[in-house]
Amino acid sequence: MTTEPPSSEVQLTPGGRLRHFLAIENLPRSLLTEILDTAAGFVSVGDRSVKNVPLLRGKTSVNLFFEPSTRTRTTFELAAKRLSADVLNMDIAHSATSKGESLLDMLRNLEAMASDLFVVRHADSGAAHFIARHVTPNVAIINAGDGRHAHPTQAMLDMYTIRHYKGGFEGLTVAIVGDVLHSRVARSQINALLTLGAEEVRVIAPRTLLPADVEALGARVFTELEPGLRDADVVMALRLQRERMQSALLPSEGEFYRLYGLNEDRLRHAHPQAIVMHPGPMNRGVEIDSGLADGERSVILHQVTFGIAVRMAVMSMCVSGQESGEV
Amino acid sequence: MQPDAHLLIRKGRVLDPAAGRDEVADVLVENGRLSRIGASLDAPGAELIDAEGLWVLPGLVDGCIRLSEPGGACTGSIASETRAAAAGGITHLGGLPDTDPVMDNAAVVQLVYEQAEKAGFARILPMGALTHQLEGEHLAEMHTLHQAGCVAFTNAGYPTTDALVLKRCLEYAANFDLPVVFRPQEAALTGNGCAHDGRIATHLGLPGVPVDAETVAVARDLELVQATGVRAHFHQISAAASLRLLRDARERGLPVTADVSIHHLLLNEHALEGFNSLCHIQPPLRHDRDRQALLEAVADGTLDVICSQHTPLGSSARLAPLPETRPGISGLDTLLPLLLHLVERGELPLERALDAVTAAPARCLGRPAGRLEPGHAASLCLVDPEPRRIPGEDWLSAGRNSPWLETELPGVVRLTVCEGKVTWLSD
Amino acid sequence: MNWTEDDIRQLLDHLARALQQQLQDRGIRDYELVGIYAGGAWVAEALRERLGYPDEAGMLDISFYRDDFSRHGLNPRVKPTRLPFDVDGRHLVLVDDVLMTGRTIRAAMNELFDYGRPESIQLVVLFDVGRRELPIRPDLCGETLALEPHKRVELHGPSPLWAELMEQTRQG
Repeated sequence: MTTEPPSSEVQLTPGGRLRHFLAIENLPRSLLTEILDTAAGFVSVGDRSVKNVPLLRGKTSVNLFFEPSTRTRTTFELAAKRLSADVLNMDIAHSATSKGESLLDMLRNLEAMASDLFVVRHADSGAAHFIARHVTPNVAIINAGDGRHAHPTQAMLDMYTIRHYKGGFEGLTVAIVGDVLHSRVARSQINALLTLGAEEVRVIAPRTLLPADVEALGARVFTELEPGLRDADVVMALRLQRERMQSALLPSEGEFYRLYGLNEDRLRHAHPQAIVMHPGPMNRGVEIDSGLADGERSVILHQVTFGIAVRMAVMSMCVSGQESGEV
Repeated sequence: MQPDAHLLIRKGRVLDPAAGRDEVADVLVENGRLSRIGASLDAPGAELIDAEGLWVLPGLVDGCIRLSEPGGACTGSIASETRAAAAGGITHLGGLPDTDPVMDNAAVVQLVYEQAEKAGFARILPMGALTHQLEGEHLAEMHTLHQAGCVAFTNAGYPTTDALVLKRCLEYAANFDLPVVFRPQEAALTGNGCAHDGRIATHLGLPGVPVDAETVAVARDLELVQATGVRAHFHQISAAASLRLLRDARERGLPVTADVSIHHLLLNEHALEGFNSLCHIQPPLRHDRDRQALLEAVADGTLDVICSQHTPLGSSARLAPLPETRPGISGLDTLLPLLLHLVERGELPLERALDAVTAAPARCLGRPAGRLEPGHAASLCLVDPEPRRIPGEDWLSAGRNSPWLETELPGVVRLTVCEGKVTWLSD
Repeated sequence: MNWTEDDIRQLLDHLARALQQQLQDRGIRDYELVGIYAGGAWVAEALRERLGYPDEAGMLDISFYRDDFSRHGLNPRVKPTRLPFDVDGRHLVLVDDVLMTGRTIRAAMNELFDYGRPESIQLVVLFDVGRRELPIRPDLCGETLALEPHKRVELHGPSPLWAELMEQTRQG
């Protein structure tokens, strides 16, 4: 039977270098560590007055965002510019595709513009993989989020943040709280944490917000907040979208906050030095209260800074992998 | 089709599950009628076919296929698809009514018949719409459709959420003793799911179709079958849990038959790994436990029929991210080779396997087909079980959406005769 | 062929004296030392000791400025650039261990100019092995060699510092 190659084969050159960044699954630990180490170099570039390096000068990066997102798109744009690349933003919502042009046709048209990188966000799981399989050779695809499947750059910047504050992943207990069912961020985070050697990864959510067979992802399941938080070193909150109330998954935001909302009081159960993270944007008073979001344990603002460096790392590694000529 | 075949098929292994026959014998077809099966037959003037080492089977019956005409949802034409069927030893095809326009009036039935006759490759047995426009609100003109040639009625998997409407449809059908084919899938529980709601869907972030989307529908439909006494066939069972309900129903004496697609017997949810949209079908490929249970159910007869699930799609329907692709596999080219593959893997005994694609589906549709019965128009095929080939190299269906294109599979059809006419001949 | 710890020490002594003389000749009293990772940084440190230079030497990682990063990728194990001084208006002494094609020095200067506009840059290298591909020349050099095309010199360190002749595997 015709099968698809494992995602590692699509993402890596035969020599094991990154050429597309689509998902965390099947990537070796050494590669994830290389991304973090490369990002460290770019963090220091961000501290200079001249924040650019010439690595991608002459290259073009195209932002293909089928789902609106100002924050993530801006971060990718900044990352590309700091690498001295030219950036194109395709406003898909108002372009031909919404009028029925197929994804593939649109891709062919864009390829004529000789881009080197596509940063893609799409509502369908597997969209980034599909594009990577059909794009002309030597174009790197970076997944900025596909459906519920993966958001690998977000996961890597979260890993960078954890490594920055905790020194490493050994012995770490990480709790992910919230809508795991719909979260591509959570899936990528779980994969990354386990690959990088975290001791235990937990998911805390009501059953309606947990996917089928979630243990198969490698996480330990809790449906109650307090036991789930006990002794956790890192607490990662997920965003709860308003639509979930409409689909009969939750009665109200209020009830969600009462049962799963994070605040200082509940964090008592976690490790005294536990840090609190959130991929943003936050719903204050729903997943997390303001006191905690703005307090000492929160590293949320730093996540943003690290995000630019991590994306610079991924973009430069992918372009270099594509150019290496390994087929 | 002009029934005019005049053949003496010599020394083939004649396999006819309906008659319990498995023996080397000669088969004589005269003027399109199967006249005799016996040893050392003599027939001056008949074309001699040396069938030594080959199998003589009844023409295969594929329970439910999606029709390519009228309308454009499926690619190809009745001519191209029935030709693919003939090359696969298939002589009779049940045609679903989800055409465009919908087969809820006699004119569409007539069109389908005429196109099939004109092409002359296989017999299509049309299934009429259960409700007007398949919308699940008003009864279709079932009697008229029956007079026009429909052998059964179905809503083709489109939801009939109003249980009262469904009950009335079934009562009406039962009134004329017309069988109804159910494709059990509860619409709201299915949602926009495109994969089995299990670990693979979770890993890939694909919206899932839970088992209860099928069992809830099966349970409801069985209750209505009990209440109305209609003859019922359940099409495309995918979950082990549904089998329990079917077995219970049989024990209660309900007139219920069921089928499963060949793909659900060979593949499970892992086939979707890497976002393999070639394996995107409805109902989805489920856990391997379900697959095993389905195989056991075919072996013990709980699932009477194996079908191809034939849905030929053009490339634009497949070249998209998986959730956007249309579900379905183009199955006519590979029904028999996959069946033989299942048998050679020891997963199903040969006789039951052949019965599931010949006598059993004919019985469910209430048609005289799927058997080698002397005195009737001959519908048979000659199969060489030995050679292995790559189906993609001689693919005939207009739809190439199949995960089996590059897989080496056993069995080559040398000759197909449909209702007395030779529809396929190869060296 | 090898250069022992003693050989290198002698070269460094000679180089430090020459640098001192040159700075004096040019009337430069305030300057900053910058070494290129890794060998250049070791040499810069050795010069710093001999000159009695009070401040920390800067260290330059040129990975982001190379012209061949696609061939070899980025090297994430390298420490990031650290310049504990302002570049604007300063006299810089750029230090590297081996000067060959000149591309490393080109990258280093591009990077320095991204930090600011230096008043001047003097180039000091331990070994000049020729085979230039760009018009770069050192102001001061420990030892000049003419190497066969397939050979190169590698400095080992940080302690002890010694060097050896090796087969060429990578463009310098």
